[in-house]
Amino acid sequence: MASISIDKVSKIYTGGVKAVNSVSIDIADGEFIVLVGPSGCGKSTLLRMVAGLETISEGEVSIGERIVNRMEPAERDIAMVFQNYALYPHMTVYQNLAYGLKNRGTPKAEIDARVAEAARMLEITQYLERKPRALSGGQRQRVAMGRAIVRKPAAFLFDEPLSNLDAKLRVSMRGEIKRLQRRLGTTSIYVTHDQLEAMTLADRLVVLNGGEIEQIGSPLEVYHTPASTFVASFIGSPAMNLVRAEVQGSKLAIGSGQLDLSTTAPSGIVTVGLRAEDLRLALAGETGLPFRLDYIEELGSQRLAHGFVGDQALTAAFPAETFLAENLCLVIDPARLHFFDATSGKRLALEGSRSPARSVASA
Amino acid sequence: MVENRPLLNILTHAFLLLGFAIVALPVYVAVIASTHDIATLMSGPVPLWPGSHFIENYTQILTSASAANGLPNYSHMALNSLIMALVITVGKIAISILSAFAIVYFRFPFRVLAFWIIFVTLMLPVEVRIMPTYKIVADLGLLNSWAGLTIPLIASATATFLFRQFFMTIPDEILEAARVDGAGPMKFFRDILLPLSRTNIGALSVILFIYGWVQYLWPLLVTTDPGYYTLMMGMKRMVTVQDGVIQWNLVMAGAVLAMLPPILIVIFMQRLFIRGLTETEK
Repeated sequence: MASISIDKVSKIYTGGVKAVNSVSIDIADGEFIVLVGPSGCGKSTLLRMVAGLETISEGEVSIGERIVNRMEPAERDIAMVFQNYALYPHMTVYQNLAYGLKNRGTPKAEIDARVAEAARMLEITQYLERKPRALSGGQRQRVAMGRAIVRKPAAFLFDEPLSNLDAKLRVSMRGEIKRLQRRLGTTSIYVTHDQLEAMTLADRLVVLNGGEIEQIGSPLEVYHTPASTFVASFIGSPAMNLVRAEVQGSKLAIGSGQLDLSTTAPSGIVTVGLRAEDLRLALAGETGLPFRLDYIEELGSQRLAHGFVGDQALTAAFPAETFLAENLCLVIDPARLHFFDATSGKRLALEGSRSPARSVASA
Repeated sequence: MVENRPLLNILTHAFLLLGFAIVALPVYVAVIASTHDIATLMSGPVPLWPGSHFIENYTQILTSASAANGLPNYSHMALNSLIMALVITVGKIAISILSAFAIVYFRFPFRVLAFWIIFVTLMLPVEVRIMPTYKIVADLGLLNSWAGLTIPLIASATATFLFRQFFMTIPDEILEAARVDGAGPMKFFRDILLPLSRTNIGALSVILFIYGWVQYLWPLLVTTDPGYYTLMMGMKRMVTVQDGVIQWNLVMAGAVLAMLPPILIVIFMQRLFIRGLTETEK
């Protein structure tokens, strides 16, 4: 068990392409960090640099106070779980689990004990003598995790471990990973492109975009106060609506519609973020945004209405029973509006919008 | 293609039988010829039915026939063939699996060039480079030795290429998992690559053993000492008698016996052979 510090780490490929650009993250002992971002954002590269499978071009990685830049993966005291499990196909489950320990010269009796313990924890005891190809995807995933657990490493590194599983299994394995990590208290770095996985697993989320950190924070912090339009559109499902709007004193004009702001703000063009679930139908007499319905997605618990405000697309979520007409009028609590700079996409701290402090308190 | 009409059935079977006859007839003739005495064979076309000299001919070829032609014992030549085929098989596999390992898993300067040079030699049959190779072997003083007989045939582009292709299908993550598990390059090779290549090695062994067993031109060139004669050369010597009658019945008996080891190997290793060439264990 150890803390991990990633200090101004960059990855520059031959040809000058910067896959990761000066990323710094301090990970506390026992913390579960999730690196999340679209494909090609450098999250896997960053993880592989921590693992020692990629060389570090610039910066330093230390695991438990030791700088590991020049160490082999085996010397870094980490264990890794791969997306395609990477089990050794010719070895039995037992041999797969024991291989790393054997290479370390662990005594036979202790290997037996540790494998038995890990197998019991993961409920794979009855498969120990089988070959990986005789196992289902979920069982293979457990074996891959078992291989990490038996080593009792300073850190677990997960590289999209659930993406090869079907949706139902993914949800249950997600829970198990979380439970296991809590129980073992091992520092973990987990890479995923699935924002739901990221939200549910993380103690802290690191949202990456184009090799740089967009935001670090607890899942709720990131959800409630996204630092940029990128984070806003990436975290949350359905994605946050981002529309062009103009602040006019205490009014906010979106297309032909207007919303009241609780306080005045500097006038100008901004990008406004509205979560689909924060929108509701206007009561009689209320002014709001005229919304032209395009189509409805039925989710069972909710109805997602896709349509337009002026010429800008917008999605709103309504309770299942809501009757939706062709033309609607939508309103939103001004405190739930997110303001972003129209050009840079960075979050604007406007009066009346949720401040980070409040969201931390509510988280 | 999947139509099931009687006429088509007959036609396809006719074609298959014809093909089979073309391939099998010479072998059949050889077997038949080895059961007649020399007088029958010399007096006209080879009969199509077995004769009565089976035991006599085979006893003779295994015991006295070679000596009569100034050759070593049949069993001695068979042993030479066996040693040569085995050394070539083992040597080729050892060399090519290691070079494929180097080409696939190590980054060194001119790696791609090295691969292409090996690959290009695939296109050159032994006969093309036989003169320079002979010169080198002769200058090294390796004529009439096991080394001269086998080493030049051991370098193998085909096997290197096959192993390379196989290694490239092994996911990188397995290598990475092994690195995290503390396996160095040679440990990875021994603990993971070798066991995974088992079926490929088996299949290649079959091909390479037969390749080594039927070598004719090269042993003919580098050995003049009868002690190194292989079966293929022995057969040839028995046909080139200066005066007198070629003992075709004995030659055929010898040829049939020489055919047996490859046939047995193919029969008994068939399953492994097909598996190794068609599927990979992953």
